[in-house]
Amino acid sequence: MTTITAPTATNRLLSGLGGFAKARETGILLALVIVVVAATVKNPNFVFSNDGFRDLLLSPSILLLVAVGQAIVIITRNVDLSVGSTLGLSAYLTGRLFIDFPGIPIIAVFLIGILFGGVLGLVNGALVAFARVPALVITLGTLYIYRGINVAWAGSDRINASDMPKSFLALGTAQVLFIPVLTLIAVAVLLVAGWYLRNQRAGRELYAIGSDPGAAHLYGLKVTQRVLVAFVVCGALAGLAGVLYSARYGTVNSQAGSGFELEAVGAAVIGGVAIFGGSGTVWGAALGAYLLFTINRALPILGVQDFWQRAVVGALIIGAIVLDRLLALRQSRKLVEARDH
Amino acid sequence: MLFHNHSRARRAGAAAALAVSFALVATGCAATGEEPGEGGEGSGDANLAITFVPKNLGNAYFDTSDKGGETAIKEFGGTYDEQAPAEGTPDGQVSFINTLTQQGVGGLAVSANDPTAICDALNEARDAGVKVVTFDSDTDPECRDIFINQATGEGIAKIQVDLIAEQIGDEGQIAILSATANATNQNAWIDLMKADLTANHPSIELVEVVYGDDDDQTSFDKTAALLQTYPELKGIISPTTVGISAAARYLQTSEYKGKVALTGLGTPNQMRDYVEDGTVTAFALWNPADLGYLAAYAAKALIEGEITGKAGDKFEAGKLGDYEVGENGTVLLGEPYTFNKENIGDFDF
Amino acid sequence: MTQVAAPTSRTYRDYAQPLWRRILVSRESAVFVALILVIIVASVSVKHFATPITLTYLLLDIAPILLIALPMTLVIITGEIDLSVASVAALASVTLGTLHQSGMPLELAALVALVVGALAGAINGFLITVVGLPSLAVTIGTLALFRGLAVGLLGTTAVTDFTEFWKVLAKSKIGASAIPSVVIVIAVLAVIFAIVLHFTRFGRGIFAIGLSAEAAHFSGIQVERTKFILFVLSGLVSALAGIFYTLRFSSARGDNQTGLELAVIAAVLLGGVSIFGGRGALAGVLAGVLLIGTLGSALRLASVTSDVINIVTGSLLIASVVSTSVLAWIHKKRSAPNHNK
Repeated sequence: MTTITAPTATNRLLSGLGGFAKARETGILLALVIVVVAATVKNPNFVFSNDGFRDLLLSPSILLLVAVGQAIVIITRNVDLSVGSTLGLSAYLTGRLFIDFPGIPIIAVFLIGILFGGVLGLVNGALVAFARVPALVITLGTLYIYRGINVAWAGSDRINASDMPKSFLALGTAQVLFIPVLTLIAVAVLLVAGWYLRNQRAGRELYAIGSDPGAAHLYGLKVTQRVLVAFVVCGALAGLAGVLYSARYGTVNSQAGSGFELEAVGAAVIGGVAIFGGSGTVWGAALGAYLLFTINRALPILGVQDFWQRAVVGALIIGAIVLDRLLALRQSRKLVEARDH
Repeated sequence: MLFHNHSRARRAGAAAALAVSFALVATGCAATGEEPGEGGEGSGDANLAITFVPKNLGNAYFDTSDKGGETAIKEFGGTYDEQAPAEGTPDGQVSFINTLTQQGVGGLAVSANDPTAICDALNEARDAGVKVVTFDSDTDPECRDIFINQATGEGIAKIQVDLIAEQIGDEGQIAILSATANATNQNAWIDLMKADLTANHPSIELVEVVYGDDDDQTSFDKTAALLQTYPELKGIISPTTVGISAAARYLQTSEYKGKVALTGLGTPNQMRDYVEDGTVTAFALWNPADLGYLAAYAAKALIEGEITGKAGDKFEAGKLGDYEVGENGTVLLGEPYTFNKENIGDFDF
Repeated sequence: MTQVAAPTSRTYRDYAQPLWRRILVSRESAVFVALILVIIVASVSVKHFATPITLTYLLLDIAPILLIALPMTLVIITGEIDLSVASVAALASVTLGTLHQSGMPLELAALVALVVGALAGAINGFLITVVGLPSLAVTIGTLALFRGLAVGLLGTTAVTDFTEFWKVLAKSKIGASAIPSVVIVIAVLAVIFAIVLHFTRFGRGIFAIGLSAEAAHFSGIQVERTKFILFVLSGLVSALAGIFYTLRFSSARGDNQTGLELAVIAAVLLGGVSIFGGRGALAGVLAGVLLIGTLGSALRLASVTSDVINIVTGSLLIASVVSTSVLAWIHKKRSAPNHNK
């Protein structure tokens, strides 16, 4: 008879640390630190100048929001390729709101942007959840459609920085205790999302749906509803990202956000969110977003022509999924061994 | 699934498909014999439908130039249109040029993204009777009838180098923020700038040329990267209106404002803010509206047979007066103009 | 009359629909009908549409899409997907350009470019069949990787100097007709692919894999090898399309044909191939590509801007897939009305 010993405090601490060390996300964090250190060694301005530090934290925060939303959708075994177009539309809407309704409170613009993104996500979610069509196809279509609407609406106009109130633009570079405001917003969203996915039932059900939709359905989970909500959240986050984009860059044309969707998926995948759904965390996606952006910035400093950035990102994505696969194989082998003991 | 029986349906379906494709093909074959030359409008009655094909859409510089063209076209009673890809890629322009050829326009005014890539499309247009004028950014001379140059390449390069030399005390590191890597005019100017620097400003070091692709966000990010990578950077030249305004916007909110000089080619409206608060001291340009205006009149002269694009041809360009075609089919608009705090309030474009 | 009553089994003829109905009411025929309708309406209402030059430009424009759609159909029928086709085309284009520029004769450079394409496809195939990764994730990664290699090799310059003979050949027409010569190549390849897919055992294996890879495996079909071959084919044909594009535009650039993969997938799905795998016909795909191309050409001639054309393409894509789903649902309700209670 094996005696079951209660885990002591040190045991719990150690196993907690062990879990942390082995976590996929820690690997990303390590990679991020290595890249930053390497770049800083080459050029201390990378981190130690005011601008450098600010840019390091600031620019990726837009991608972070989109990556978090994308992670939520990917966890349910779907994908949302239309987030780039949603971001662009939302950014343009932000500018137009300031032009057509002068004096509109900034908070209203934020809310409208989020709502707008949510509605666009709802369209995706409804088609995926109710028509049972793979998300890849639907969001491919809405990618075209939303971008087309954006271009048709904007024509060859664009929003200039002078069209928006200075206080809004200041948000783009303002800092609170050296941390940019935009980063704070993004991190706040990240915290909420992370907590919700881990500690709330609805959040954990997303993982179940992603692991095995059939079983989840049989188990009685409200699959349709959850998937719908996942898409709405993803769209809403893309909408928020669009508002932040306007604040940061000031100029918005009809091509804003093009290509963001693949970066968001890449960030999520690199961060450990399995494309097959059911595993990964939004923390990983956030770290993945930071890693991607930071590598883009660090490469020229490390002497790699910035033309090779895309290739590096691609290699990273492939490396990440190969790594995931190897880890999964190793884990299943260990489980089989444990079972066959 | 009953594969076996499905395959019969598939085979019949394939046969039907082939039949329809043959029908389609037959239409194409049967309609031959008509040379594309006759496809367009007859040249007896001058076809003054002129379409502007700038490098890309959403670019304030081209908005102004094309409006200038529109003004001219309205003056002489033609039809104006503007078509361009959203991104400044060479092959993007080709499909628009093809469509315009099919539609049988009278003339095209093109600012080329690449000197050779759009050549074949332009020559096909010319074979179909369309007159081709390039402005702002040229193609190989064999592909167009006339090129409207805003100023001599040397003049444009020199004025920007002079401005930056003045602003940084004629020594130090500078960088260039360009548009797209293939753009004819950009590369021509950059080469001339390099020559000017080597010959006349030996203490100025050009450390890098980066490409912002005439995209605002990319130019913005590239400026940030430049400033971080070269802590000793004293000046940036951006010979593109999109680049200079994005760089100015970045500089305005960064710690380098006032420490790193910025000059190049910009439009007064976009740059007014930055000149007034000191981020930018002076920059240059010409009047893009005049450029488009002149291009439209040149197209009209070609369409009506007044000129053929040979050196020595003369034509009249409305309120701008008379112009003569120079070597290689080039028409010069004038000289570049320097904008600074004193005069920037006088302009609205 | 026999005494022994053989078990009366209904033959296929008894409950099947007549052949003519099966052909005419199939998904592929619907696309064909739509295509013919578009041609008729456009010829009548759009000026300059019914001219030979329109046909020439149309066929030249959609030639790369037609080419890549052929192996893509097979890939999607097996239930996989290949998002890296445009990047492989660009990589082949850049290979052709750089090799030719450094003095290699064009024919040899083209051959090397084809080999590069096949290698790229083999990398995809290896990661998907041997390492066992999901094709969506892998091809997203290779999309970035190959595109990154292409851009990295040439920077942002373009090689525009090619042998006159091949440039002219790429755009030449058949005899005095308006049909480009490249159509011959496409037609030959299309016939080969159609024969392989619909009339050989290999092709039937492809359908079987799409319907159930496991069942196919147990019935003796070499699932892994088949998929590997398909991905290599996909890479090879993408390289061919890239070479054609380069010669036609006389421009080898790293960012040629960005977004082509979406156009191909949209056309393939429009043509009746099911995204779930196991169903589809090449005839429908050809009709789908022609439909999208013709619609785009007609709209462009009618001076409709390309953003609206994109909205139309996206909507077509969604409508086609949703309608399949909805029809299947109706069919299920109608054929078993009293079952699910």
